[in-house]
Amino acid sequence: MAAIELRGAVKRFGPIVAVDGLDLEVPEGICLGLLGPNGAGKSTTMRLLTGQAIADAGELRVLGHELPGDAKAARAEMGVVPQLDNLDVDVTVEDNLAIFARLYRVPDVGAAVDRALDLARLRDRRRDAVDKLSGGMRRRLLLARGLVHEPKLVLLDEPTVGLDPQIRTQLWTLIDDLRSRGTTILMSTHYIEEAERLADEVAVMDAGRVIARATPAELIAAHAGTHTAEVYGPPARLTEVRAVAEGQGLAVRPAGPAIAIVGAERASDGAVPADAVLRAASLEDVFVLLTGVEAE
Amino acid sequence: MSEGRTRLRRLEPAAIGGVMSREVANFRTYWRGTTFSSVLEPIVYLLAFGLGLSATLVDEVNGVPYVQFVGTGMVATAVIFSSALPAMFGTFVKHRFQNTYDAILAAPVDVEELVSAEMLWIGARASVYGCVPLLVTIGFGLDPAWGMLLTPLFCFVTALGFAGFGVAMAAIVAKIDQFNYVTALFVTPLFLVSGAFFPIEGLPQGFQLLAQLNPLHQLVELVRGGAFGYDAVDLLRFAGLVGFAFVMWRIAVNRMEARLID
Repeated sequence: MAAIELRGAVKRFGPIVAVDGLDLEVPEGICLGLLGPNGAGKSTTMRLLTGQAIADAGELRVLGHELPGDAKAARAEMGVVPQLDNLDVDVTVEDNLAIFARLYRVPDVGAAVDRALDLARLRDRRRDAVDKLSGGMRRRLLLARGLVHEPKLVLLDEPTVGLDPQIRTQLWTLIDDLRSRGTTILMSTHYIEEAERLADEVAVMDAGRVIARATPAELIAAHAGTHTAEVYGPPARLTEVRAVAEGQGLAVRPAGPAIAIVGAERASDGAVPADAVLRAASLEDVFVLLTGVEAE
Repeated sequence: MSEGRTRLRRLEPAAIGGVMSREVANFRTYWRGTTFSSVLEPIVYLLAFGLGLSATLVDEVNGVPYVQFVGTGMVATAVIFSSALPAMFGTFVKHRFQNTYDAILAAPVDVEELVSAEMLWIGARASVYGCVPLLVTIGFGLDPAWGMLLTPLFCFVTALGFAGFGVAMAAIVAKIDQFNYVTALFVTPLFLVSGAFFPIEGLPQGFQLLAQLNPLHQLVELVRGGAFGYDAVDLLRFAGLVGFAFVMWRIAVNRMEARLID
């Protein structure tokens, strides 16, 4: 049984179609990265899965529960880690966890809180108010709160957005531990590196639907080949190089101050200048080619 | 964790208790200030209105010393100010600024349970704080009576209704400063024509009719009934408050569902 099954899911907000006929299946035990630019429909998809948004059309099933009718039962078996920190800041760390253990009907609240404190490595801060914690501790607590009832499925909505690299690495370690224990994870992100490091499979989402899905390596091979050449120089030169490369049918994308010629291994007749920097093709190349949006 | 494939029921005590436990945990961090103002306010009001006015303008109302008339009436003001206002501002802040409800609704809790828990908590709190003016008035010479033991129940039911009103308003307004309209149009007039500070019999006929529809007036009459003797009509008054609480509960659930579920 798939942990998540969406068939033709549609969600409109007035004239805006946030999710547009989305088909998505997440098998049990994998980490699927939902990668897409802002406005691609990732967060709306997450809200559809928790029953906080009701689809206008389509079939949705989570852990065998039909949505939206059975959303409450589905939520009992899943954990959600939101994009925004919504901890109770005046309340202690352990009370924040205990409240959610009760909401999830955990029989032994004390044991669940201890387990979550260990997971977040916050046992020695259990009696501190949340507003006394550092940013990294708060994010670890937010993650532990979503796992306090040991869910079968975890939804991570942009789990590291806006965090500095050190805190992001701490969270990646926790998420990786979770994945290695066999918990099914659906993680929305617009950080390429996050998807590359944590996801078994990546689904690239744009304009409310999945436009490509495979393992990171398969996506790179299918859409970006093996090598990418980055060319630096004044704008006039870059325009010239782009024209030659596109003339050979190669995909070219902006890459900060440079342009990147994707699938450079297929280039011939000087389409790739001698001073170009050759590197292995990446998921970022795939993302930008498919969505037209520069990656973060 | 959920057990098996059973569909979870509506209005589960575990969900409501879980949400209320969050309120209790937060209340532990600010109860001192709330309790201090709840005790000090009726003392100040009784000194200013009760002793001040009774010494100069009003000696008694319908045979009741004015201090005791105001003191029993102030139970209603304590209830509306500890229910409608916390419900409005608290709900708005938790939803729009703190994203608390997003977190709770990601757990196996639905909007009906969330709203019910918020109302129950506010009702329970108001039933305690509503009794403070009565206790203070006893200190000012009001004789204790057995009928007063029902005051927490009257306060609780009335506060449920006003909590529902506050939650519904928080779901309806677009910005927090729009609560100024709600306070000016609803809360203040209800408070002024409740009969807390002067008998409504002195008002023009139309206002008297409006006062009869005012739940706060019914609460004032019930509290005075507890202190000075109940009438048979008090049963109708209580039934009216129960009806008010029920209607406000359904409106609050409906408005919050529209606000919280896309």
